[in-house]
Amino acid sequence: MSDRAPMIGYPNIQKMYRLQWEDVQQSYVLLFPEGMVKLNQSAGEILKRCTGKLSVIEIIADLESTFAVSNLADDVEGFLAYATQSGWLHWPEQ
Amino acid sequence: MTTVQSITPPFWLLAELTYACPLHCAFCSNPVDFAQLSNELSTQQWVGVFEQARALGSVQLGFSGGEPLMRKDLDELVGEGHRLGYYTNLITSGIGLNEQRIKTLKDQGLDHIQLSFQDSTREINDFLSSTKTFDLKRRVADLIKANEFPMVLNCVIHRLNIDHIGTIIDMAVEIGAEFLELANTQYYGWAYLNRTALIPTREQLRHADDVVRQRREQHGDRIKIIFVIPDYFEGRPKRCMNGWASTFLSISPDGTALPCQAAKMLPGFDFPNVRDTSIQDIWYRNPAMNRYRGDSWMPEPCRSCPEKSVDLGGCRCQAFLLTGDSSATDPACNKSPDHHRVVSVVKAASEVQSKPLIFRSPENSRLQTIARS
Repeated sequence: MSDRAPMIGYPNIQKMYRLQWEDVQQSYVLLFPEGMVKLNQSAGEILKRCTGKLSVIEIIADLESTFAVSNLADDVEGFLAYATQSGWLHWPEQ
Repeated sequence: MTTVQSITPPFWLLAELTYACPLHCAFCSNPVDFAQLSNELSTQQWVGVFEQARALGSVQLGFSGGEPLMRKDLDELVGEGHRLGYYTNLITSGIGLNEQRIKTLKDQGLDHIQLSFQDSTREINDFLSSTKTFDLKRRVADLIKANEFPMVLNCVIHRLNIDHIGTIIDMAVEIGAEFLELANTQYYGWAYLNRTALIPTREQLRHADDVVRQRREQHGDRIKIIFVIPDYFEGRPKRCMNGWASTFLSISPDGTALPCQAAKMLPGFDFPNVRDTSIQDIWYRNPAMNRYRGDSWMPEPCRSCPEKSVDLGGCRCQAFLLTGDSSATDPACNKSPDHHRVVSVVKAASEVQSKPLIFRSPENSRLQTIARS
């Protein structure tokens, strides 16, 4: 377990970015002005749940139940921190 | 040989809708003989291109020209692109963009606008002091922000405006652009004709580089500034278009399919046309598209160079323009036997005081085409 404080909030995708599934690439991609980031499966599954309607805790719970695994909190929060730093996520004021 | 399996999809589809343009920029990358080409694709033909490329995996769709706003069916084409799942980019001078048009484009699903700061008058020396241009751009930039589009400002940099680079950056921040692309002139088409007048001196570039660095620190996260020292000055060639026909597919107004907009000028190439060939055949099977894929086409010194997978031999169009052979090592590379040609261009830039510019206009296009034939 991490000794960090858990992440709080309801992240959603920044307006400039668009998340979509690409059949040809068999993956989720993030599209933005004149660019594309191809996401691996975990990244795609996490970002897919960043709709502004789920809290971080709910995102983690949903992933753990969907994929029947536990202890995803560190990985998910780590990725959310990376995505935030990359400018992909928006955290509305509570 | 490059096999079909190793060819990646044309992720970037550039639709050059028209060569019509209200501007006359001396640094335009359109072909010098554009006035000869009047046979534009129809709306239905464009939609067919978008559908085929999307099925192959294209995700970014750029509307360019000329000035794409000159096409009355732009709104409809944007709508079709959006419906097909593209991220749609409008690359425009902003001339012709008013409140109603931008709302329609937003409703049609346009994702992003790249506004270029060209000069709308022939007084290129007044690049920044031309209040007419400045006010127009400012109005368009405000429209873009008011309609909540992400905005990339693009300013083509050359010796006549490079000393104002700090002012350009400050203006972009004030306007609220998310990105500023300070694009060093690429010497193809009209820009190649005007190369001697447009290429900056080494001192100018060094100064501009310092200013950009200082402004990046000053403005921090408010704006992302893209500025790359041009390959003429670096001694290293650039990885052109991420590799010939690797990512980028450009369709000319008349339907010619190209691995980049500039490649049209290369002699000995029979580039396919979307009117009679499917995008799938064009991308995966056409000999012109396959010509410089992989590295088996490379001459020495590229062939045995450890950097060949980094720069992929540089730019084929630049190789042709400077050596007459599009298969040669890009002379921007200091290992090229032709590198002295680049060195002398850079040297000449510091000696030449001024040279008249040839502005991009239909009249000059006809004159230049006759002069070359």
